Amino acid sequence: MGRVFKFHTDVDTDQIIASQYLLFPTIDEMKGHAFESLDTSFASSVQPGDYVVAEENFGCGSSREQAPAVLKALGVKAVLAKSFARIFYRNAINIGLPVIVCKDLPDHVTGGEEMELDMSEGVVKLGDTEYVCTKLPAYMQKILDQGGLIASLDNGEV
Amino acid sequence: MGMTIAEKIIARAAKKTSVRAGDIHTVELDRLMSNDGTSHLTVAKYNNLKNPRIADPGKLVWIVDHNVPSDSPKTAASQKVMRDFAREHGIDFYEGAGVCHQIMLEKYVCPGELIFGADSHTCAYGALGAFGTGVGNTDYLYAMVTGHSWVLVPETIRFNLTGKLPEGVTARDLILTIIGMIGANGANYKAMEFVGDGMKDLTISDRIAICNLCVEAGAKTALMEVDEVTLAYLKEHGREPKACFKSDDDAVFAAQYDIDLSTIVPIVAKPHFVDNVVPAKECTDVKIDEAFLGSCNNGRIEDLRLGASVIRGRHVAPGVRFLVVPASASVYRQALEEGILETFMEAGAIIMNPNCSVCWGSCQGVIGEGEVLISTGTRNFKGRAGHKDSFVYLGSAATVTASAVKGFIATADML
Repeated sequence: MGRVFKFHTDVDTDQIIASQYLLFPTIDEMKGHAFESLDTSFASSVQPGDYVVAEENFGCGSSREQAPAVLKALGVKAVLAKSFARIFYRNAINIGLPVIVCKDLPDHVTGGEEMELDMSEGVVKLGDTEYVCTKLPAYMQKILDQGGLIASLDNGEV
Repeated sequence: MGMTIAEKIIARAAKKTSVRAGDIHTVELDRLMSNDGTSHLTVAKYNNLKNPRIADPGKLVWIVDHNVPSDSPKTAASQKVMRDFAREHGIDFYEGAGVCHQIMLEKYVCPGELIFGADSHTCAYGALGAFGTGVGNTDYLYAMVTGHSWVLVPETIRFNLTGKLPEGVTARDLILTIIGMIGANGANYKAMEFVGDGMKDLTISDRIAICNLCVEAGAKTALMEVDEVTLAYLKEHGREPKACFKSDDDAVFAAQYDIDLSTIVPIVAKPHFVDNVVPAKECTDVKIDEAFLGSCNNGRIEDLRLGASVIRGRHVAPGVRFLVVPASASVYRQALEEGILETFMEAGAIIMNPNCSVCWGSCQGVIGEGEVLISTGTRNFKGRAGHKDSFVYLGSAATVTASAVKGFIATADML
C-alpha cells in the first residue's frame, strides 16, 4: 500500500522541479525541492512506495528529465493521471518510472488515501473499489520492464 | 493515401517509402542538440555506461545558454562537466553565443531533417521545414550512442492561414491566439502544420516564433512548407535543403482550422498558463515591475527593431526594469550596428548578453515575491521567472516594450 499525493490539471515541469535547481550537479541534490511551489511538505513527507495522482496533462512544459527523475529518486512508485504531456511520459518510461493513464481514479481521490497498484494487471485497489487503468503500449512496457532505456544499451541489445 | 510533412520526414529518417500516424519506427537522427539545462546529467549517465561510445560526434551540437555566464559555483561545476566533455569528444560547442534554438536555426537546421534537442522548444525548427522535437537526457544519450531512436508517428493538426496580420500585430499574437483556441494540451502527441496564402507575408523570424511556441499546446513538433522565403534564408546562411516536403492532397489530418490573420489582435497570456489568453487591452489595469524582450521566441533582430521603434524618443517608466536580451551574438552585433541598442540604452533599458535570461527563471532578472513581469518569453508558469508567488504575462515585442514605457500592460497604439 502507498499513500496518494494528489495534484491538479496542467501540472507543469517547473512545478515538479523548478529551474533554479536543475543545474545542481546530481538528482539527489535536487530531489528535496520536488513540488516545492505547490506543496512545501511533499519532498519531506513522501515515502518510498507512495503514489502521485493527477488530473489531465501532467508534466506539461519543458523537457527536463529531472522532473520524473526527482520523483523516482524520492521513491514514488508510479504516477497516475487522466493524461500526460508527451515529453514527461516518454522521459518517465525511459528512466523506469511507471506512468499510468487512469481516467477514473483521479476523480475519487483528494490525497492522503492508501491505495495499491497492480502493475501487471493495470488495476488500482482503493478501499473496496478497483479502478482499471490503460495498459502501456507493448514497446514502452518493454523499456520499463528492462529498467529503462539505458539498460538496453548496457545489455548489449543495441 | 497520402502523407503529411511529419510522416514524410519520419519516412525519410526511417528509410521507408511510407509511414502512418500511430506507427512506431526506428529513425536515424540528422542532428542532436543539447544545452546546459541537462547536459551534465547526460555526461554522468554516459560515464556509467558499460560501453560508452558516440555514433557520430559530428552530429552533436552543445550550447551553454541557460545560465550563462554562470550564476553560482554549482552551475559552474555542471557547465565545466559539459564543456570538458564537448572538448574531449570534438563536439561543436558554443558558450554565450546565444540561445540554443537561435544558434541552431542560424547555423545548422536544414529542411527535411529529423532533429532531437534536449529542450522542449526544439519544435522551432519547423520554421525551416525540419522535424525538431524535444527529448529528455536519457533519450538524448541513447540517440547520441546509437545514432538512432524510436518515434511514434504523430497525427497532424493543420492550420490554413489566410490574409495578413494587421499593423502592430505580430506572429506571436497569432500563435498565442491559436494556443488559447486549442488549449495547453490541444496538440498533445501531435504535429502542428501551418500552410496557406497567409504564410507568404510571414518572415522566417515570424515563422520561428510560431513554431517555437507550439509545444505550449503540447505539440510534438511544428512544421511549415519550404518556400522562397525559406530558401532565401538558407542561402543567406550558406545552407541548402536536404529535402523539401509538402503534405499530399489526400493526406489525413486529425483536425483542420482556417485562420484569417486580419482578425488577430494583440494578445496577452495571463498567469499561470500559456493558453490563458485575452486581448492585451483587457489587461491595462495590471501594473508591472519588469519587462523582458528576448528569448528563442522573440529575441531576433526583427523583434528588437520593433521594440526600438516603439520606445524611440520615450523612456522606461519609473520603477520598472526593462531587460533587452538579443537571442544570439549575431543579433546583438546587428542591433549594435543598426543603433538599436543605443536607442534602448537612451530609453533606460538594461541590455544583457545573449542567453535564455528570465524566460528560464534561474539566471539574470528573476523577479521577487508578488512582482509582475511582462515577457516575450515562452512560458508563464507559476514561479517560472523567479519567486513561486510572482506573476508572468506573455505578450509581443511591441506590447512588452509599450508596457515598459507605461508601467502597466499596454499596447503600442496606446503610447
